[in-house]
Formats: sequence, structure tokens, C-alpha cells
Amino acid sequence: MQGKSWFRMLSLIIGFAFLYIPIASLIVYSFNASKLVTVWGGFSTKWYGELLHNAQILNAAWLSLRVAAISATISVILGTLAGMVLARFGPFKGRTLFSGLTTAPLVMPEVITGLSLLLLFVTMEQLIGWPAGRGMTTIIISHVTLTMAFVTVLVQSRLTQMDESLEEAALDLGARPWKVFFLITLPIIFPALLSGWLLAFTLSLDDLVIASFVAGPGSSTLPMVIFSKVRLGVSPDINALATILVVVVAIGVAVAGVMMTRQQKARDRDAQMALAANQQMIESVKRA
Amino acid sequence: MNWLKRWLPDGRTLVTAVPYLWLLLFFLIPFVIVLKISFSQSAIAMPPYDPLFQWASEKMLQVKLNFGNFAFLVEDNLYWKSYLNSILVAGVSTLLCLLIGYPMAYAMARSSPSTRNILLLLAVLPFFTSFLLRVYAWIGLLKNNGLVNNALMAMGVIDQPIQMLQTDFAVYVGMVYSYLPFMILPLYSNLEKMDLTLLEAAADLGCKPWEGFVKVTLPLSMPGIVAGCLLVFIPAVGEFVIPSLLGDPGMLMIGKVLWTEFFNNRDWPVASAVAIALLLFLVLPIMYLDRAQNAANEDGEHK
Repeated sequence: MQGKSWFRMLSLIIGFAFLYIPIASLIVYSFNASKLVTVWGGFSTKWYGELLHNAQILNAAWLSLRVAAISATISVILGTLAGMVLARFGPFKGRTLFSGLTTAPLVMPEVITGLSLLLLFVTMEQLIGWPAGRGMTTIIISHVTLTMAFVTVLVQSRLTQMDESLEEAALDLGARPWKVFFLITLPIIFPALLSGWLLAFTLSLDDLVIASFVAGPGSSTLPMVIFSKVRLGVSPDINALATILVVVVAIGVAVAGVMMTRQQKARDRDAQMALAANQQMIESVKRA
Repeated sequence: MNWLKRWLPDGRTLVTAVPYLWLLLFFLIPFVIVLKISFSQSAIAMPPYDPLFQWASEKMLQVKLNFGNFAFLVEDNLYWKSYLNSILVAGVSTLLCLLIGYPMAYAMARSSPSTRNILLLLAVLPFFTSFLLRVYAWIGLLKNNGLVNNALMAMGVIDQPIQMLQTDFAVYVGMVYSYLPFMILPLYSNLEKMDLTLLEAAADLGCKPWEGFVKVTLPLSMPGIVAGCLLVFIPAVGEFVIPSLLGDPGMLMIGKVLWTEFFNNRDWPVASAVAIALLLFLVLPIMYLDRAQNAANEDGEHK
């Protein structure tokens, strides 16, 4: 295996360089004084200042942040329910369709999802008068539909890995199912919910195509504003914006990562102790 | 209170019903509406299409089905070319992702457990940062006076900048770059679970390392390869952002065609017909992916 070790190192280095050089270049050029993005004209933070005075970008960012926070929260709730159904409820009538409906949004080309949701909203408005017009509400509904699929996958895989005997023990000891869920299951799968929320938040913050279809006039999200600017060519204040987003996300993911590892360790210890105690109890019952 | 209990759904039904109804209403029914509108006629109105059902007189319901939109798709070879080109671009991008992603996932899965988590985090991190901005970064890199051309000229490899932006090459770079994490993750989780004693057994039985890889690791990682390829291929077929930012303006991709029909030509029925045709093509791979994921989950339960 000696000979292959350099090959593995090399593929990691090349692969990660490919993933990170573009991001690094965005950050470096955001501090470029020259307006020609790719020609270095000295260090400057002026594009950040300009960003703070760009009302169009600030408004769009504020709308996008609200949409992302609300839709991520709803999507974590719905995704957790769906994950529970798929991982714990066993077979039921219509399960195949249900599991298909939770997988399909993951891969469905965005142009199709966007178009179909817009046509739904238009039809609903004709039939029942709601949603009246398109804007924040329709974007939130669409983003929940898209992102809950990701949360469902995360929750489902966490639940299938989790030791079911803890839940069974609580049920044996007389806890009601909802109590078991809130006291046992929820704390254990919490890291998955947290990463699901973060993922849903960033996916919503990032979505251009679906939002373009379902947003009404006057409700442009951040990606829509960026896209219309970027189509005209590179511009340094977009680099500054990108840098801010990348740094915020990197910090968020790093903090969540550290928190999750710590919690995971503590939970594993607790779970092991609980199982050991349970085992002892069973044995003492057997002896008696 | 007992009579009330009988009428209220029990908790299990309620927990199932809430996400189920949401998905039916906001994911399945929309496709039925797209199908309906793909059979209607475009009109200058808001919304810009004629209704399918109309009461001609008091007791007569008139149904007008317009197959013209689909006939249009078949007759005009712009659509054919776009579908075929999208499939080609998505297929080649998937293959490139596999060629780059497999060695990375393999190397990640075979490193020590503590490095493994850091590498996994590094592979996922770009996925959390804006997709749009990461595609945008490549404009700066691939421009005629961009970083790549400048670096190549400084090294003396080329004298003249090469036109890279607005070519198919740029689209492939953008595709592979954006979809690589989708390939790495399923491959990694498959390779990480693999029982390494199998390789030792193969070696004991006289297999050379590369033989062990071809005969043991590769076949065992097949589910990961299939899942990764589908996760890249299906969304890539309908991709809109990458070809419109990095590709030639004349490049035919079905996602772009749908976008243009809808936003520029305001022809909702034809856009719907394009979507339905694309959906029919993608139904089988999506169903296959769903089955593969269910199998993977059940596999996890047994361990």
C-alpha cells in the first residue's frame, strides 16, 4: 500500500485545491482597489463601504434572510415529521408515494419545480383567492418544499443509525409516545436538526431559479439581484458580498461542527450508561 | 371525552398527514397543473393561456385540448437539440465528477478517523456557501484577463489569452465544480462502511493491491457510484445558472430554453410542455434513485 499513499495525498490536494481556489480568489479580489476585478491595484476595503450604501442589495439581503430563517424553521419541523414517518412507522398505505415525494425535490431540476409552483399559485389564486399576488409568502412556501427534502434525508438517516432500544425502554417504562419523542428522540437527533436547519437556511438564501419564478414584482431576493448584476460582468462589490457570506457561513458551520462533536460525545456516553443500567436491571430481574 | 377521541385522528395519522399533505399540495398537484397547462393555448391575458374547460352552454362542458405545444416540440429541432445537448453535457459532467470524486472519497475514507471528519467538513463546506457566487468566481478566473490566463501567460505556456469563458469548457468546469460534493458524499459514506478485512483476505489469497481494488472495492462501492451519479446527473440535465453565466449565449440547454420560453416569450403553455417532456425523461432515474436510497437506509438499519 506504500505506493498508493502518494496517490491518495495527491488526489486530496488537487481535489481540495479545485474546490477552494475559486472561493479564495473571490476573497482576495474583494480587497482589490482597482475596479477591474482581476487586475491588482492595491489593498482597499472601499467595496465593503460601497456595499453598505447600496440600498437595493441591502433590501434584497434583508428579504432573503427573513425568507431563509422562516422557511428553514418550517422545513425542519415538517422534515422531522417526515423523517420520523419514514424511519419509525414501518409500512403503511401510500408509503411508496410518500418516500418518492420526499426524495424527488432533492434532484428535481429547479426550473421544473419553479414553474410548477408558480402555476399552482396562479391556479390557487383563481380558485380560492389565496395567495393574493406573489411575494414573500410564495417564496417561503416554495423554499420549504425544496429544503424539507434535505432535512428529511438527514433526520431519517440519523434515526436509522440511532439505537431504538432507548425509545423502547422509555415506552416500556410507561412514557407516552409524544413524551418519548420530546425527552429521548429529539435530544439525540438534535445535531441532525441543527445541520438540517443550517442547510435549509443556506439553500434558501442561495436559491435563484425557484425564487425568480414565484417572486412577484418588488420582492427580489438577494440571488436575483446578484444574478442581474453578474450578467453584466464581474463587479467588485459582489466580491465583497461573497466574502461576507463565505466568512459567515464558514464560522456558522465550524461552530455547529464543534458543538455537534461535543454533544455527540456526551450523548454517546449517556446512552451507553443508560443501556448498561438497563442491562443490569434486566439481569437482576431475571435473578429474582 | 371518549367520543371526541374517536373523531380526532390519532397521533400517528396526524404526524404522517401533515408532511404528506404539504408534499401532495405543493409538489405533486403542481405537476398536474403543469400537465393541464401544457395542453392549453397561449393567449394574451393574465394568466397568459386559455382555460381548458369551458361551459359552452348551461349543460355542456367544452374541453379544449391543444396538442400543438407538443407537436411544436417535435417539429422544431431547437428543442430536440437542446434535450440531446443537455443530456450530453449532464452525462459528461457526471463522468468527470466520478473521475475526480472517487479518488477523493476513497482517500478520505481511508485516512485516520480524526482527519476523516475534518476532510468531510472541508468537502461539505463549499456546498454551504452560495452556489451562485461560486459560479460567479469562475467568471473572474476564466476571463481573457482572468487569473488562469494570466498565470499561464506568466509561466510562458501561452502568449495569447485563450478564450475560455463562454465556451463548453467553462460550462463543464462550472458543472463539475458545483456538483462535486453530491458525488463525494454518497461515495464516501459507502466506502467508509466497507469491511477492510475483505481486502486483507483478497491479499492473502494472492490478489495484488490493484486487483483487490478492481475485484473487491469497486464492485462493493457500486451503490455509492450509482447514487452519486444520479444525484449529479438529474439536476444537471435541467441546469440553468451555469450555462447562462459561463457558457456561450447560443449554447442550447433545456433549462435555458424553458426559462426563455417562460420569461422572455411569456409562452407558459410551451414552457409547460418543455417541462413535461423533461419530467417524463427524468421519472425513471428519479424512481431508481428513490429505490436505491431506501435500500441504503434499510441496509443501515440492519447494522
